[in-house]
Amino acid sequence: MDMNEIKEIFFQECEEQLAELESGLLRLNDGDRDPETVNAVFRAVHSIKGGAGAFGLDDLVSFAHVFETTLDCVRSNKLEPTQDVLKVMLKSADVLADLTNCARDGGSVDEARSKQLIRELEALAHGTPLPGAAEAPAKTVAKPAAAKPATAAPAPVAPNDEGFMPVAFSFDDFDPDAVPVEVPTFEISFKPNADLYRKGNEATLLLRDLSRLGEMSIHCDMDSLPSLDGLNPEDAYFSWKISLRTDKGEDAIRGVFEFAEWDCELAIAELAEGEQPEAVEGEAPMQAVPFDLSILDEEPEHPLGVVEEEEQIAAGEREAAVTALETASNVLNLASAAAKAADAKQAPANAASAQQAAAAGQTIRVDLDRVDRLINLVGELVINQAMLSQSVIENDANGTSSINMGLEELQQLTREIQDSVMAIRAQPVKPVFQRMARTVREIADITGKSVRLITEGENTEVDKTVIDKLAEPLTHMIRNAVDHGLEMPEKRIALGKNPEGTVRLTAKHRSGRIIIELADDGAGINRERVRQKAIDNDLIAADANLSDEEIDNLIFHAGFSTAEKVSDLSGRGVGMDVVKRSIQALGGRINISSKPGQGSVFTMSLPLTLAVLDGMVVTVASQTLVVPLTAIVETLQPDAASIHSFGATQRLISIRNSFCPLVDVGRILNFRATQANPVEGVALLVESEGGGQRALMVDAIQGQRQVVIKSLEANYTHVPGIAAATILGDGRVALILDVDAVVAASRGQPLRLESALSAVG
Amino acid sequence: MTTLANTMTSGARELIAFRIGDQEFCVDIMSVREIRGWTPATPMPHTPGYMLGVINLRGAVLPIIDLAARLGMNPAEPTVRHVIIVAQSGQKIVGLLVEAVSDILSVTNDIIQPTPDVSSDFERTFARGVLAIDKRMICLIELDAVFPHQESEAA
Repeated sequence: MDMNEIKEIFFQECEEQLAELESGLLRLNDGDRDPETVNAVFRAVHSIKGGAGAFGLDDLVSFAHVFETTLDCVRSNKLEPTQDVLKVMLKSADVLADLTNCARDGGSVDEARSKQLIRELEALAHGTPLPGAAEAPAKTVAKPAAAKPATAAPAPVAPNDEGFMPVAFSFDDFDPDAVPVEVPTFEISFKPNADLYRKGNEATLLLRDLSRLGEMSIHCDMDSLPSLDGLNPEDAYFSWKISLRTDKGEDAIRGVFEFAEWDCELAIAELAEGEQPEAVEGEAPMQAVPFDLSILDEEPEHPLGVVEEEEQIAAGEREAAVTALETASNVLNLASAAAKAADAKQAPANAASAQQAAAAGQTIRVDLDRVDRLINLVGELVINQAMLSQSVIENDANGTSSINMGLEELQQLTREIQDSVMAIRAQPVKPVFQRMARTVREIADITGKSVRLITEGENTEVDKTVIDKLAEPLTHMIRNAVDHGLEMPEKRIALGKNPEGTVRLTAKHRSGRIIIELADDGAGINRERVRQKAIDNDLIAADANLSDEEIDNLIFHAGFSTAEKVSDLSGRGVGMDVVKRSIQALGGRINISSKPGQGSVFTMSLPLTLAVLDGMVVTVASQTLVVPLTAIVETLQPDAASIHSFGATQRLISIRNSFCPLVDVGRILNFRATQANPVEGVALLVESEGGGQRALMVDAIQGQRQVVIKSLEANYTHVPGIAAATILGDGRVALILDVDAVVAASRGQPLRLESALSAVG
Repeated sequence: MTTLANTMTSGARELIAFRIGDQEFCVDIMSVREIRGWTPATPMPHTPGYMLGVINLRGAVLPIIDLAARLGMNPAEPTVRHVIIVAQSGQKIVGLLVEAVSDILSVTNDIIQPTPDVSSDFERTFARGVLAIDKRMICLIELDAVFPHQESEAA
């Protein structure tokens, strides 16, 4: 396994962690205060940071680090996760995702944005209120900035004549990190678990790293060291209390323990200046052992020798350790033994619950190729089984019942296998929906609207290929909904609506398809304006009599954008027609219903998989072809009277008083030299890309069938006029017609130059 | 015939020989996946004449090339006695329609003679050498050249 593969795995994991992060933050946003949620969010950022560090992705590490620090404040209840805090965090999650993508695919991120967020995160971590945010700062323990604010502040000046009141401020307030003139002292309690040693970490080395940060005094607690016969050489018995005087800050200290943090109990507390350790006297049952720092500078073989591996470390939750105070000059640093004992019990419990959470939702990573191979084989099994049944029936008319029963069971089993194999590829739409949450946030920010996205049914499963292609049209529609659909907050208030607009994204299964609904509670479609616009753009006649539904559907026309002000978000005039086309390319349909003043609902219906397709099996020049059912509007049997010659070769068919060009599929595909007689065949009325109907002439319709799509490109190249191939029940290959290409060819565009864009994706 | 000692030396390779009309050809056995009987192929529109169509090979869609037509000879009229050599080049697999498989040869590179210098497209495009085996002449074919080109994708 080379570095790139490992890196790829890291990025895959990043994606999972990011999803975890976002869903956790959203849960917090909804009022969830479960400490496990906070932990999950923290773990996600921490894992990304850890991995990024291993690959030297510095941008990612530094951002993740700041993010992590702030999350840690939430974790330790120093920072209340209010809406404003979470807003910053959600944005940070977006930037983190951007940075991850950047690290993987190259490109650049909006540095100003990430810098801004870093500042905001730091401000949160240090308890400074957000600029403009009215929320009360959380109860932070140590606030260097707040503790000594005005050292450099100029003396207040009396108001001058213009009533201008100069405000005294300290430059230090802008950079909380830079404030402390005195070097702060941290008290660290460190208690490694046996796992820490098993993973190859070494307490001595960690302590030595720590000693490099500043002036350090250290105390080793050997209380839990059992007598020699009760001693497990692979266990950890020692713990340390360290008092460190450093100006590098808590982050640097955490950095030392970065990769050991999960395998030890670690508490870091900053001691406020001048306070005296309250627990030094009296409450010290154990004998303090002076510990020579020079030992740490030697290689692992230090004087403690054997015992070294059995060290154990006392630790505590940081909030508890906060009460233990220390001054830098103390060589012997004794902490409250009582607090320590309590903490030691509490910490393992936390670790256990964290592990439990990690075990939930176990998955394996499988190469998509392997799944596809399995699907292929199962498809072949189904075909073989059908052929076997057929030949048994043919050869043995009355049939022994045992064979027939066996065949029936086989049929059932193969169906079940096929369903289960297809289910492997199915994935919940959740990741796409989560991306939409981000889109909504961004657009809400840009447009200045207040939007709430409600998602439902995000665990609805659909084939991975569909999910991949769903994101783009959905993003476009969400943009439209927020940008055009929802009104500005002031207007909403004036209309008596909740100033916060709601966009509801729903997914559900219905009759073998997935239905995705996007509803907003905005203004709805302004039919008058749509109509006017359509008239202006020559899409409809000025006196056309259209139903409401027909007017609504006009927005799917190419080059139609109703927003009076063209914004850089969604008003590029390539709006909904692109959405409609990409949905159609997926074999889906899209509908809109709108109520003025109450909002619009877009309903998309998509196939559950792109691996199968509902097709109409037809015969053309003794060849069997499959026409995608989604393309067919209706089928009809032409009579001689409705066929009209038009020019030298063209023929039109009249359908309900309109004329539609007839396209001989056999001729276009070069399956026959001359045009077939339309009256002997069947016409399939199709609607193609770019509107316009055509009647495709085929010889006969065999029936409708669900077919498994097979790529022609895999072993050959793209064939003009053909979208893909499939294998029918008799084991023969049938070609799937590319309706758009055939229609385009009938317009005179040569089929050979047709792009590889196929009707079935 | 070659001996075991021969195959052990470097450059030893096995070739699979087959007949088209009265000529014999061979390809490297390592690129042959399997040999199967002829089944009718589904023709594809707008493809070169040597493309007979596609067949179902255990769920994969396998294009079939009439090797006779591809090499510039008279197109074959497939019968049940024809066989399809399923061969792989790169990621792609195609079936080559030939009349019959005649032999499996173990040869060393040194008995493969260079293609005689004749002025036709055939030996420039497809032939990679000739072998004299038991008074027969067998032409070694370059499989990659036989495979359908990507020209239709160039547009």
